Amino acid sequence: MKPAPFEYVAPGSIDEAADVLARHGDSAKILAGGQSLVPMLNMRLVRPSVLIALRRIAGVQYVAVDEACVRIGSMTRQSAVEHDGAVRTACPVLGEALRLVGHPVIRHQGTVGGSIAHADPAAELPAVLVALDGLVTLVSTRGRRSVPAREFFLGLLATAAEPDELVTELVFNRVGRPGLTCGWAVEEVSRRHGDFALAGAIAGVVAEPGGRVADARIAVFGVESTPTRRVGAEAAVTGSRCDAKTVADATAAAARDLDPLDDLHASGRLRAHLAGVLVQRALERAYRQAVGGDG
Amino acid sequence: MGEPVRIALRVNGEERTATVEPRESLADCLREHLGLTGTHLGCEHGVCGACTVVVAGRTARACLLLAVEADGSEVMTVEGVADGETLHPVQQALMEEHGLQCGFCTPGFVVTLYALFRERPDADEADIRAHLGGNLCRCTGYQNILAAALAAARRLRGMARA
Repeated sequence: MKPAPFEYVAPGSIDEAADVLARHGDSAKILAGGQSLVPMLNMRLVRPSVLIALRRIAGVQYVAVDEACVRIGSMTRQSAVEHDGAVRTACPVLGEALRLVGHPVIRHQGTVGGSIAHADPAAELPAVLVALDGLVTLVSTRGRRSVPAREFFLGLLATAAEPDELVTELVFNRVGRPGLTCGWAVEEVSRRHGDFALAGAIAGVVAEPGGRVADARIAVFGVESTPTRRVGAEAAVTGSRCDAKTVADATAAAARDLDPLDDLHASGRLRAHLAGVLVQRALERAYRQAVGGDG
Repeated sequence: MGEPVRIALRVNGEERTATVEPRESLADCLREHLGLTGTHLGCEHGVCGACTVVVAGRTARACLLLAVEADGSEVMTVEGVADGETLHPVQQALMEEHGLQCGFCTPGFVVTLYALFRERPDADEADIRAHLGGNLCRCTGYQNILAAALAAARRLRGMARA
């Protein structure tokens, strides 16, 4: 099994990469860690005439944590983020989501930027970025811009990046306030561990000392063509103490107005059902964690 | 388009060079150009784990890494695991615990376990299961492979203490 022939270019800087991309546009593909692109090349599902490899570029492999957010360079390996102590404290949901991405060997090579740019609807990292109201930094010869996650993912493997733009940085905004406690949970159903999720849910709860929910984040992935926040469910939970009725209302709200994918792996009805079940599990676990239980 | 390029690798401690097309995988480079046929190709799209090797200290699926991307890197294949004629504890344990039948997937399991124990000598059963989750075997039913991994872990810890 061989990819169709292509020209391989490994620029030494982002500017140079943007230059090459501007010249070739749609006929080029960016190669980051290759864990999604190379299988597609091997199966000839994509046949770019030019492959622009980012591996030689310095300065796009970093994790920077501050009060407000976690910034990650696009070529940072997923395993580096998974095992980063500062990320574990600032943004625990990232580590939990990453453990569900493929297998350790995949995360050794796979990059954070690659997963975001690929925009697989079942992928965990795009869902985390959406849940945290994150930003995607795009660079081209025309300049640099930041796109909010909710506007970045447009559909199945489709993003707001123009053909001449490449992803250089991801910003994951931190959730929570001093004095309040947070809990996060990621739940998914897949046929085998490491397989693509048939459906998944992320829940984050910020709780006041008395157990009242001050803020909530609920997102589903692998259900629709893009990961989406379920704002109705978030509103149902905010202000509550996550009693059984609130959780039932939030679960119903999360499963409402979905436009689920329907394919041979799972029907739309099954995906919508799983969305509800997984939101409930994630929400209950996140709340227990936020109020000091085991999660 | 796609003119062959010359690459240099350090494979199992030896300096090697090869002239490869950009579209060739590291697995094909190792097997076809360097004669290292211990790295097996099963699915060729990153699912089965048979082609697992170590590149720059981290495991990689050699079918998902273009040979040109590994240019200048240190690579370890299953051929580099044993110490001459003496099997590595992982290999010895797979043999003793009947952790293989046809053996096709075995190089991937050997390299995966070797790399795990080198990085985390204290890996417990949960770690081992998480790492082996990326390797498929159609013969053994996995229980003997897990038993072999646990036996190898015990032996390696014993050797570290001695």
